[in-house]
Amino acid sequence: MKRLMAFIRKEFLHIFRDYRTLIILFGLPAAQILIFGYAVRTDITNAGIAVLDNSRDEVSRDLILKLDASEFFDIKYYLNSYDEIDPAFRKGVIKAAVVFPEDMAARLTREGNATVSIIADGSEANNANLVAGYTSAILNEYSAGMTKAVTSSMPVINTDVRMFFNPNLESHFMFVPGVITLILILISALMTSVTIVREKEFGSMEVLLVSPLKPWQIIVGKVTPYFFLSLVDVIVILLMAWFVFGLPVRGSIALLISECMLYILLGLSIGTLVSTVARKMENAIFISFLGLMLPSLLLSGFIFPIENMPKIYDIVSLFLPPRWFVEIIRAIMIKGAGISYVWKETLVLVAMTLFFMVLSARKFKLRLEEGGK
Amino acid sequence: METTKVIEVEGLVKKFGSFVANDHLTFDVYKGEIFGFLGANGAGKTTAIRILCGLSRPTAGKVMVAGIDAARQPEEIKKRIGYMSQRFSLYEDLTVTENIELYGGIYGMTMKEIRPRIAELLDRLDFTGHADTLIGSLPLGLRQKLAFAVAVFHNPGIVFLDEPTSGVDPITRRQFWEMIYETAAAGITIFVTTHYMDEAEYCDRVTIMNEGRIVALDTPSALRKQYGTSSVEELFVKITRPQRERI
Repeated sequence: MKRLMAFIRKEFLHIFRDYRTLIILFGLPAAQILIFGYAVRTDITNAGIAVLDNSRDEVSRDLILKLDASEFFDIKYYLNSYDEIDPAFRKGVIKAAVVFPEDMAARLTREGNATVSIIADGSEANNANLVAGYTSAILNEYSAGMTKAVTSSMPVINTDVRMFFNPNLESHFMFVPGVITLILILISALMTSVTIVREKEFGSMEVLLVSPLKPWQIIVGKVTPYFFLSLVDVIVILLMAWFVFGLPVRGSIALLISECMLYILLGLSIGTLVSTVARKMENAIFISFLGLMLPSLLLSGFIFPIENMPKIYDIVSLFLPPRWFVEIIRAIMIKGAGISYVWKETLVLVAMTLFFMVLSARKFKLRLEEGGK
Repeated sequence: METTKVIEVEGLVKKFGSFVANDHLTFDVYKGEIFGFLGANGAGKTTAIRILCGLSRPTAGKVMVAGIDAARQPEEIKKRIGYMSQRFSLYEDLTVTENIELYGGIYGMTMKEIRPRIAELLDRLDFTGHADTLIGSLPLGLRQKLAFAVAVFHNPGIVFLDEPTSGVDPITRRQFWEMIYETAAAGITIFVTTHYMDEAEYCDRVTIMNEGRIVALDTPSALRKQYGTSSVEELFVKITRPQRERI
């Protein structure tokens, strides 16, 4: 056990000393979450807007200050009439114009509501929706604040755009399970196969085999750090999904993590198998990429829905671990499903894990007998 | 020289299918001896060393290393030997200390045992300032010397050196051999393969293998006398060439 610990420690040193490995381990998951996240849901920051304040009282002034102060908006123009709205848009600097009605403060206290118009640039439909949604959110927040101050009646600031804020939340956040699947395969399978093959390529495997370390200890020692680092990645991805995109895990986190551990084990056994086949690191990367990464990307239902594919791909994907895993993760994260809902998929993954473990153990032994080459 | 047998090989046969890699090898190696193991590529050297190191099982014959039967308890052999190969000398992205700690740990030493010995070792090699230097930034010669020191760090009874001086400059080779002598004098048996025939002259006894068989085994001077050659190199060519030309 002590021998194994010394070996695992060395493996961690390798990882933390190689900035390229670190980038893949921690930079890549973060980058993927951000890229996929924003590609689907382009967030706005400092979007240029114009305001037309017909009211010029304390309420409208407050609101304008609030809009300007928010990180989402940057007020480019203060307009004086409706006629100036169109030219402002044509300059291409603003994404929306916010028009405050006359006597806003008075209306709010007298009638209890007022309507602010938000005119958004419809040529960028997605952006328009976002801008409108954010503006409405800020106005609503303000009116909610007023409610507390003026306890009598509840003043309402209406906005005349529909609050169109991600009505189809589920499809938008499909990318998070996909990224977890991709990253786990990348780290557990690709990186372990590369790190084992590296020992063979440099000749250090020979030295390790001659040492009192048993072959299984060498494999366990090589993969243990990646097991834990993969778990760290899962947690990082989940936290990012939560804090950056507001996607919480609806189901049990313990179940989710256990499923991830199972999938990591599966990846590690595939990685070990690849390492027994590949003689050079390039081979390992090539095999892992073609055999694991591309299928995870294309056939797991992560980017392209499997239902829309020709039947044959549907059948092929049944033999690929990512497909099952993506389904499990989606069910737990988005639908809040429990084990009773995903036990079939889990069993498939368990069976696949055992299959690859046995296969790679046998292959590894065979390689040893042949001369460790 | 003491006459305790550290390695006993009798009628060792190793077959891969119908191919006979080792054909009835018989030799003994004594405690504190520097035993040279020569032979052209494909002569069966590597196969024999793998068996002696417990990596591979003999097909037939008796192989005892450090008193352990290689056919039955190869894992026990591994604890009692050291090994160094030409291809790999220490992890380049780890420091000198980390490398030593790794090998000490793998060979079952505790940190308490390892720490003082590292200081002592670095002192002996004039390496004191390099404890935290990455191996990758050291010249090859220094790395090989350090690799040898690491291979015997856990005080094995025998150390196997597989072409330890390949690609090393003559001065470092010389220093390397001085280290080998010191180690042998301390009672550690040295089992060394080499391509440099001048190094064969430094060995107490040499074995020359050809086509899976041992074709010569004696002290360098006795072999030179027996075959009437002026050097082991000439002898090597003389013994191994006829067969090689046949192929």
